[in-house]
Amino acid sequence: MIHSDTAIMPIENPQVEVEHLNLYYGTSQALIDMNFGIPASQVTALIGPSGCGKSTFLRCINRMNDLVEGLRIEGLITIDGENINNPALDVIELRRKVGMVFQKWNPFPKSIYENVIYGLRIAGIKERSVLDQAVEQSLKRAALWDEVKDRLQQSAMGLSGGQMQRLCIARAVAVNPEIILMDEPCSALDPRSTSRIEELIRELRGEYTIIIVTHNMQQAARISDYTAYMYLGELIEYGPTQKLFTVPERKETEDYITGRFG
Amino acid sequence: MAIKKSTNKFWRQGEPFVWGTALALTLVLFMTLLLFYVVLANGITVFWPKNVTLATLNKGGYALGEVVKDEKNPATGKKRFQFKIGNRDLYGLDFKWIDSEDIKSFSTPSDVYVLERQENGNFYGYIKELKTPGLVLPAGKKESLQAALDAIEPQQLEVKKIDRQIAALNAKVEQNNNKLLKLRYKKEEHSAAAVALHEKISTIKHEFEQLVTELGSKQAIVAANEVVFVDANGQEKTIRLADIVRFYQPNSMSWWQKWGYYGKRLKELLFAEPRESNTEGGLFPAIFGTIMLIFMMSILSFPLGVIAGIYLREYAREGYLVKMVRIAVNNLAGIPSIVYGIFGLGFFVYGIGSQIDLLFFPEKLPTPTFGTGGILWASMTLGLLTVPVVIVATEEALGAIPPGIREGSQALAATKFQTLTRILLPMASPGILTGFILAMARAAGEVAPLMITGVVKLAPALPLDGSFPYLHLDRKFMHLGFHIYDIGFQSPNVEAAKPMVYVTTLLLILIVLIMTSTAIYLRNRMRERFSVADL
Repeated sequence: MIHSDTAIMPIENPQVEVEHLNLYYGTSQALIDMNFGIPASQVTALIGPSGCGKSTFLRCINRMNDLVEGLRIEGLITIDGENINNPALDVIELRRKVGMVFQKWNPFPKSIYENVIYGLRIAGIKERSVLDQAVEQSLKRAALWDEVKDRLQQSAMGLSGGQMQRLCIARAVAVNPEIILMDEPCSALDPRSTSRIEELIRELRGEYTIIIVTHNMQQAARISDYTAYMYLGELIEYGPTQKLFTVPERKETEDYITGRFG
Repeated sequence: MAIKKSTNKFWRQGEPFVWGTALALTLVLFMTLLLFYVVLANGITVFWPKNVTLATLNKGGYALGEVVKDEKNPATGKKRFQFKIGNRDLYGLDFKWIDSEDIKSFSTPSDVYVLERQENGNFYGYIKELKTPGLVLPAGKKESLQAALDAIEPQQLEVKKIDRQIAALNAKVEQNNNKLLKLRYKKEEHSAAAVALHEKISTIKHEFEQLVTELGSKQAIVAANEVVFVDANGQEKTIRLADIVRFYQPNSMSWWQKWGYYGKRLKELLFAEPRESNTEGGLFPAIFGTIMLIFMMSILSFPLGVIAGIYLREYAREGYLVKMVRIAVNNLAGIPSIVYGIFGLGFFVYGIGSQIDLLFFPEKLPTPTFGTGGILWASMTLGLLTVPVVIVATEEALGAIPPGIREGSQALAATKFQTLTRILLPMASPGILTGFILAMARAAGEVAPLMITGVVKLAPALPLDGSFPYLHLDRKFMHLGFHIYDIGFQSPNVEAAKPMVYVTTLLLILIVLIMTSTAIYLRNRMRERFSVADL
């Protein structure tokens, strides 16, 4: 398929740039020739039907796919001009810069406090005052501070699902990354928790570059500045959210967002 | 038609199956409780002083002793009683069956004495007189016997002290002899060092001889104190006071006095050395050996198993080879323990042990040091036996952790190793411990592999003591499991050993229960801390 260039909007000075990205699981191809740029300090949403490769692409950005056996990547992903698949690049440094929040919340069976500072402890930070400050700041940023400030030393396992997910966001924020990847962070939450997290994402916008995968088109429309529509491993359309949802360039996009398909 | 329908429903709902499951569980519980009951009921009453019965016989004469049991005489069909008559040195045997028709009457005379002796088992009888030159004794036979025993106790303690000193000197001579052997092996037997050693040994020997004479005189003083007892038929027996461990009069003891006696026996059981080829006295060396064996086994097998399990689950690339290894490990857990014993003997004792002897103790050969069974080899053999269980448990516990946890940690810039040590291992620890508890419980009761890798009936010294180098890994040791086998089935006097078999069994079960329940307690605490029930 050949796309007109108008469907994929060029971004000036993108923070994340993807060039001719192809990804294979063994012999089957999961991502096909993706080319686009993601702007800094904005919320970019990836939408598309299940299995279209949104999550796979997201996991390329912090190289979580390194853990998957039999996976092969061609092409180039750069962050701030640096090739992240460069063998000389330390993946630990990359992940410090690119945080991630998963679909299913995954707090560690430790105290709330220890959960938030996990990344800092890993980075070797020991000063109590720095850690205390980080906990307060991160939890405040994740809009969780008021709910847990009196029980920081209690196990994170006692929190509700929505609280756990916000704790995971706080945990990601605590190491002060530049980019936060979110892989369907609300898909397992009830509507109230979902709206809290959406609110939180809007608050974090401007400070962090947020790339969010979502199944929920209304959510993409509500929270993102830019939206990319993917289908069967291909990037079909990419542009400002308002434009994509109101006057999509391509027929496939229109079919998907109007619910005729997907 | 209606009946058929309802029976169909009956079978469809599986009522009989439910009963079957309940029945199976009941059966298992019943067998377990029965086992506990038998061991507990027999073991717990051993030390309770039983009344001594005097039987007046029809054909004249008396039989005095504890009635152990009664049954129908298979020959005549009449009731008969088994008496523990003791006095082995007088009668030649401790137990006697007496038919009820031969007995005219029973009585329980209150002045009967039971003596526990260093040798020849219990004595049942009456005091005739005390021969204690130089001791001033109070009136009354019981009081004077007690006073005489109390009077010689300090001297007895002194004899024991000298005994210990002699043993220490012996150890010193042994050490110096070993040094000398080393010099001789190096062909330096005429060097200044060797001469000095010879001198040292001769001074020690001189000291030794002095002590032996001192010991002889002390013993003679103690041995001069005797007491004359008579049995039920008036036969006299002179017994040295030094041979009496303790005496009591069960027929005139109050309930509290019996408890006091029970406590004394229990203390002796736990803290004293065995007597009379292990059928009397304490079990301390066997308890010590058992616990030390389990500890050493744990120290060896736990880290090894956990580390191997980590490699298998976290680092090894999944493939044909890993699958084969996994199958092999699972099968290892099912190999009979005697096979491990034989491997331990062949590989550890004769293989590694004799090489160690060649390298480090060549001067002592052909007397083996490590080239013979010892606690090190026994615990390594048991460790080998438990390692597969620990590996499987570790693997399963790590595998049960949700993958999201690993990703969450790695996404926060933790390395695989950091994820493992900070998150995965703490989370897996309850599961690993569960496997280890099972392994430990199994190893604690194993006897077969120990019998060929270093357990003995009677060990002269503990594997851990106050003489350098304190931990004697080459020493042989005693073990409760082997003790049961030995006194129960290898003892020349099986009847006399029977109570001790029950006590030892009870003790072994208790030790295993205590160790496993401690481990279970620790595991549950960890489970509370690291559970991810909500994920």
